[in-house]
Order: sequence, then structure tokens, then C-alpha cells
Amino acid sequence: MSQVPGTQRARLAAAGAQSATAEVMLGRRSIGDVLRGRLFHALLLLAIALAVIGLGMLILDALVEGQSRLGPELFTEGSAVSPADSGFKPAIYGTVIVIGGVVLMTVPLGVGAALYLEEYANRERWWNRVIELNIQNLAAVPSIVYGILGLAFFVRGPLDLGFVAFAGSLTLTLLVLPTVIIAAREAIRAVPPSIREGALALGATQWQTVRRQVLPASIAGIVTGVILAISRAIGETAPLLLVGAATLVTREPTDPFTDSYTVLPVQIFQYFSRAQEDYRILAAAGIIVMLIVLLLMNSFAIWLRNRYEQRW
Amino acid sequence: MIAASRLSGGSSRISLEAASPRYGEKAIVWVLAMCGVLSVLTTTAIVISLIGPSLNFFRQIPVLDFLFGTFWSPAIQPASFGVLPIVVGTLNVTLWGLLFAIPIGLGAAVYLSEYARPGVRKTIKPILEVLEGVPTVAFGFFAFAFITPLLQDVWPGFLGSGPNIFNAGAAGLAVGLLIVPTIASISQDAMMAVPGGLREGAFALGASKMRVATRVIFPAALSGIVAAIVLAFSRAIGETMVVLMAAGATPNMTLSPTEPIQTMTAYIAVTATGDIGTGTIEYDTIFAVGLLLFVITLVMNMISIRFVRKYREVYE
Amino acid sequence: MDETVTDPERTIGGEAERSGRPGIDVSSTAHAAHEAHQESVGKRDTIFELRDVNVYYGDHRAVADVSADMFKNNITALIGPSGCGKSTLLRCLNRMNDLIPSARVEGRINYHDVDLYGPRVDEVEVRKRIGMVFQKPNPFPKSIFDNIAFGPRVLGMKGIEERVERALRGAALWDEVKDRLDMNAYGMSGGQQQRLCIARCIAVEPDVILMDEPCSALDPISTGKIEDLMLELKRDYSIVIVTHNMQQAARVSDMTAFLIVELDAEEKHRTGRVIEYDDTEKIFTNPSDSRTEDYVTGKVG
Repeated sequence: MSQVPGTQRARLAAAGAQSATAEVMLGRRSIGDVLRGRLFHALLLLAIALAVIGLGMLILDALVEGQSRLGPELFTEGSAVSPADSGFKPAIYGTVIVIGGVVLMTVPLGVGAALYLEEYANRERWWNRVIELNIQNLAAVPSIVYGILGLAFFVRGPLDLGFVAFAGSLTLTLLVLPTVIIAAREAIRAVPPSIREGALALGATQWQTVRRQVLPASIAGIVTGVILAISRAIGETAPLLLVGAATLVTREPTDPFTDSYTVLPVQIFQYFSRAQEDYRILAAAGIIVMLIVLLLMNSFAIWLRNRYEQRW
Repeated sequence: MIAASRLSGGSSRISLEAASPRYGEKAIVWVLAMCGVLSVLTTTAIVISLIGPSLNFFRQIPVLDFLFGTFWSPAIQPASFGVLPIVVGTLNVTLWGLLFAIPIGLGAAVYLSEYARPGVRKTIKPILEVLEGVPTVAFGFFAFAFITPLLQDVWPGFLGSGPNIFNAGAAGLAVGLLIVPTIASISQDAMMAVPGGLREGAFALGASKMRVATRVIFPAALSGIVAAIVLAFSRAIGETMVVLMAAGATPNMTLSPTEPIQTMTAYIAVTATGDIGTGTIEYDTIFAVGLLLFVITLVMNMISIRFVRKYREVYE
Repeated sequence: MDETVTDPERTIGGEAERSGRPGIDVSSTAHAAHEAHQESVGKRDTIFELRDVNVYYGDHRAVADVSADMFKNNITALIGPSGCGKSTLLRCLNRMNDLIPSARVEGRINYHDVDLYGPRVDEVEVRKRIGMVFQKPNPFPKSIFDNIAFGPRVLGMKGIEERVERALRGAALWDEVKDRLDMNAYGMSGGQQQRLCIARCIAVEPDVILMDEPCSALDPISTGKIEDLMLELKRDYSIVIVTHNMQQAARVSDMTAFLIVELDAEEKHRTGRVIEYDDTEKIFTNPSDSRTEDYVTGKVG
């Protein structure tokens, strides 16, 4: 039974008792009370309904607006003068390249940081607390600030990469890293200490224990967290705007270090911003594609978690 | 097997020293630690990237003029650098968003925590998770293409002329929908963390579900709920695409939902992607506004962490 | 099958009678007398020598002033009421207390005449020689084979398959699982899991096995099997066991240490202290201290 401080517990218990007594003292609950209870319940259901309806309307609206443009041209055409000839091909290439870079960098850095904080860091030491605090704060920084960081350090500044996909990857990596670290830490923390003790008691070193027992046991949770973080990265637009996911990309990017690039959500935004109505329809079609991809990814992540999660 | 010590006259000494220096182990700890230190480096980099040009900016524009001036027009002459219009624009969207999201999010949380059967909970939770995963461009599109026309259609005449094609209200509602999952999930966790004994005690005395939810659970989970709202507020402030697509690009110091406004985030996005020479004062406004945004969200986050710590302490 | 396993008369105190070994007092003069006596009759191999051992968690003293010798191929039992520091003391013997940052050991613990807490001592080496079986069985979420093989693999031993079989035989588990080595260990019953943990422990060929209430989470039949196993294992290993089950200590151990809990003045901190440490038979039939007598006869505890 969890501990509630005595004063608060007493106060809450008294509140519960008071309200209960108010009802009981009336002999039986009055019609007014019953109606109020029903109304409350209905309001709660309404709240949920509004959220669900909101989501439904969003998806429906995108479907209605964009379904006329759903077709293979979305994937074969690039940005052209007329909406009918335009598609998302370069944007899709760009997303794959940028996100590929993010995965390659985020996984080792994120899992590494999580392992350090959970398995090695002594919480008493101030520098470890500073690291943890930083991660918590970074998770709440607006994404556009990461764009500013990317602009100042990766595109210009010390790395001076210019407006290329790699700069985008670096920026997004820093953006999603806190999420990956937090998710990985939870997965690692779920491994009970008895497993570690059992391994250490046999004469295994700390790293042997981590590598051969802790990591394999938490891998399902880590992968799920990574997939969810990546799907968030796929939808990120604002920071990439600043880091140069360009407006007009005619050829598909192939080299992450030199080619100009764009990504799917940025391309959608660009099409949306154009004057012609037909471009807006194209944007809606792009949204449908993105929603489907994200839905598939998230479902996969959840299936993965249910199938491989270690139950202790 | 250890050689047995001889029975009398001394024993052969075994060694308990490490068989090998195990440099690999030490190296690994350092590598992992560096991954952790990266977070500190990132924060430092953010601060550096913001501070440099900001200092440049504040050398030319007094801080108080910036913070409390009411006319924001860095690009168009006569240039004015009072940031309040875009701050108010941000608050405008955020307030309407919270007005929508708080009742819905808390209502959903109370329902899921106190009323819903486990089966219902299992179906609704993924729906909220899907909502959380929808990219912001989709919300922006929704705001512009659906909510604005809807608002224009249903706007009652007595409230004056209806919403502009770019307006704060549609963006606000979309942002509200976006932050509902944040409020709902954190509040729900806080409510479910309230010890069952408190609920059962009240029920045993004859209290109704509504009374238990409102008089016992809600106050008990209050710190967590406040943390949720503060976090959602922070997220709403930092939102860019929805406002870019639906709220417009005109700095406008109003809290009216019908007018176009510009938020801090939208200003940064528009200016940074425009044709502005680096080193000009206009370019530096990106960083000054960015710094303001960063500081605000940092403070909000620290507040939220304190509240989360408070409710976690109580129940763990 | 060794007679001593089934004949309680010969197990408890029998060897003590044969060697004429007296019990050990806490006071130093008695201790000196004991040492002298040891020299004269031929010393049994000493595994552990504890001298004035105090264990602290931060400022709080958990175990006070323990001095005792533990012997090779013996089963030494630590008994006493809960909170008396038995497990804390046990975990000092393989440096598992190092895992708790605030833990501190004062005094001297010698293992085969080497200071266990010496400056150059590597706790990993210590644990290769001094293994541990825990109260709640903690098999790894892997197959039976991989559970046993883990130790030898990380220690770089060769001939994994033979070692696995040998370990499982040594833990009296081979016949039950030899056809199911690929099965996940979590599918086993509690008693089997604990024997698996014992097999895992002996697979790395330790010198000493520490057991922290190994049967408290098990049913009586499994408990009986493990007690039989302990008596078998005694031939090749030295065993120190913590148990809250007095009868178990009486059944299997050669020497028994009885600890009590002392509360400090404000009744906030509990400190454990060894009251009596002697041949098991003496502890249970003719204890020197009245507190020991009260505990083993069930009057308190």
C-alpha cells in the first residue's frame, strides 16, 4: 500500500466521508443527485467522444480532400509546374535518407546514454544529476529551437555542411534523442535487480552482465521506443524548414552530404502554401500517405511490444 | 578449484587480484558516459547558438523595449522591435487551445481512470496514442481546410464578423486537439496512482462515483494534473506548423479568435527561411525571439517537473 | 548414497565429536584459548576468518562485532530473528554488499588467509570463488542450457556442454531436464528453478557457496530435496547458509551462529550481533546463552 502523508490522507478521507454522509443523511439519494451523477457521466463520455470525433474528422477531411490524387504518380513524380504532374518522389527519397541517418545515430547514442545512466552512473554524483536534468529539459524544448541549433552549428558555424540531408539528420537526432533515452531507460529499468545480482554473483563483470543479460532482456522495450521516436521524427517539419529542406527540389537526393533535399512533411507544407487549389489537394494526398505510414509503424511497434515483451 | 591450504604450518596464498587489467571495461564506461554527456553538450550548444546573436541584438535594442514594446515590425520600416504582439499571438492560440483541451483531456482522464471498464480503456488508449502521433502538418491542414470554413459557417452574427481566413481560433482548436493526449495521459496516470483504499473507503461510506471522482480523486491527483497542464501549455507554445498554416503571418496584439495573428514560432520559421542576410539585426531577431521562447518553455518545464516530483513522492 | 546424509545422529555434531573441537566464544580470551586448542589437535581448514567485523549502511550499524571462523567442507548456518543482519553478514563474504553505495565493512574478513577487502582485491575474482544462491530463485530469462552456460562462458571456460551436464547432475536436476535443455527456465517450478540456480552456481566451480534463505520461497518437498542436495554438495564445497528455519539449521549444518537484534536508544536502528557460535549440536541441545536457548526452543523469535 503506498504511503500518503497522514495529513493529506486524513483530509481526503474526511472529504470522502463528508460527501458520502451528505448523500446518506438524506435517507436515499434524491432524484437530483442521481440526475447529476448521470449528467456527469454523460459529460465525461462527451469529452472522450469529442476527442475521438476530432481525430476522426481530421482523418476524414484529409481523405476527402486528397483521395482524388491518390495514385502511383504520388511516388513517381517530383515537383512540377502544374499540380497534375507533381508528386512526392524527391520528398520520399529525402525522408528515407534523413530518417536513415537519424536511426543510425540515435540508436547507439540513445541506448548508450540510457545504459550509462541506469547501470553505471552513481546518482549521488552531481554530474550525473546534471545529465539527467538536461535530458528532461531537452525533451520539452520546442522543435523549432532545435532548428535554430541546426542552423547555427550544422548548416553554418563549425560544421558548415550547408543545406544537406546530413545536417537534417543531425538536427533531428538531437531532437528525438531525449525521447529515445527516456524510453530505453524505462525498458532497462524494467529488468529486475535480481537478474543483475544473479549474474554478478557468478563472477561476471559489470559489462558482461549488461551486455549478456540486461540488454537482451530489455531489447523489446528499447526497439518499441525507438520506433515510436522515429515515427515522431518522420512527422517533424519546423526544424527541417530552418535546416534547409528546400522548397524546390527537382531531382531526388542521393548523397546526404552534398545534395539539396526535402522531406515529406515539408513538401506537403510547400504544396499547401501554393496558390492553386489543386496543390492543396495534392498536399492532402501527401497527408494521407504519411498517416498510413505512421499508422503502420506505430501498429508494428505495439505488436512488437506485445509479442516480445519480457514478463517478469 | 582452489588449492586447499595445508593443515598446519602455513597455507599457500591464493590471489584475489584481478586476473587481467580489463581495460575494455573501463573504456566502455567512458564511451557510455560520453553518450550521456552529449545531452549537456546539446543544451550548451542551444544556449550558445541563441546567446551569441541575441547579445548582438540587445546591444542595439534595449531589453525592455524588446520585452514590453507593442509594435513588432523588424522588416518593414519604420522598424520596431517590441515583441509583445507575437507573444500575445502565441498566448492567444494557446489559451483557446487550453480552453478546448483541458475539459476534454481531464474528462477523458477521469473517465478512463474511474469509470471505464478495462476493455474500454484498452480501446480508447490507443486512439489517444494515435492522436499523439499525428504529424503537425496534418493538424495545420485540418485547421485551415476544415475548422476555419466550419467556424465561418456557424459563426453567430451577434458576435460580429466571422473569422478571417487566417484566424487564431481555428489554429487554437487544432492545437487544443493536439495536446489533449498529453493532458489525458499524464492526468490519468496521476489519478490511477491514487491509492485504491481512498476510493474504497469513500464508496463504502456510500458516496457516488461522481462525488468520489470530484471530491476525493481529483484533489488527490492535483499535482499530477497541474503538471500535465503545464506541460501541455509548454507544448502549445512551441507549436509551429499549425499556426503557420492556419493563423497567418501578421503580428497582431489581440486575444480575439477571429483575427489573424503571428506566434513567436511562426515568426522564427518565416524569417529564418526568408532572404535575410546573416548578421543583420533582422536576422538576429530570430535568435532573440528563440531565446525568449526557450526560456519560457524551460521555466514551464521546471515548474512541471516540481509538480510531478511532488505527486510521485506522495505515492511511491 | 552417503550414510551421513540420511543418519541425522552422525551428521550433526558427529564430526565435531570426532575432532574434539570446542565451540568459539565471542570474547577474545576464550578465542585465544580456542586457537591454542586448535593448534594442539590439528587445525581444520579455515575458509573464513572474521575478526571484529562491523557492517554499516551509512551511519547505521547493521552488524556489530562479529568474530568467527568458518571451516572447509562444512555447512555453517546463520540463524536468528528477522532484521538481525544475517543476510547482510552473508553478503559481505562475497562482496555483494559492494552493490549498495552506502555499505561499509570494518574489521577483517580473511578468505584463505587473504584479506577479502584488501586494496588490490578484485570483487569479480572473489565472486568466481564464492558463489551465491538467493532467497527468491532468479533464473535468467533464457533456456536451461543458457542459464547454466552463462557463468562458464563469461569466465572463458572450455567444454561448455560437459560442464552444463556436470552442474545439472551435481544439482540433482539432470534426469529431470536432460531432454528439455532448450526450454525456458521460467517454465520450471519454484523448486526446480532454485536447483537450477544452484547448478548455475556450481558450474563455475566455486570454492564456497553462500545461500541466503534458499528454501524460504519453496514448498516442503522442494525444501527437502534442496537440504539433501546441500549435504551432498558439502563434500566438494563449503557452504554458509542463512536460514530463518531453525529445524533446517539443525538438520543440515555443522556449525551454527545465532544472532539477535539490538535496538538503539531511540528504538530506531536495529543492529545485529552474534550471541553464540558453536557446533550445531551444542547450540540446539545445550546452548551456553539463555537467549540462544529461548530462540531454539521456540520461546521467542
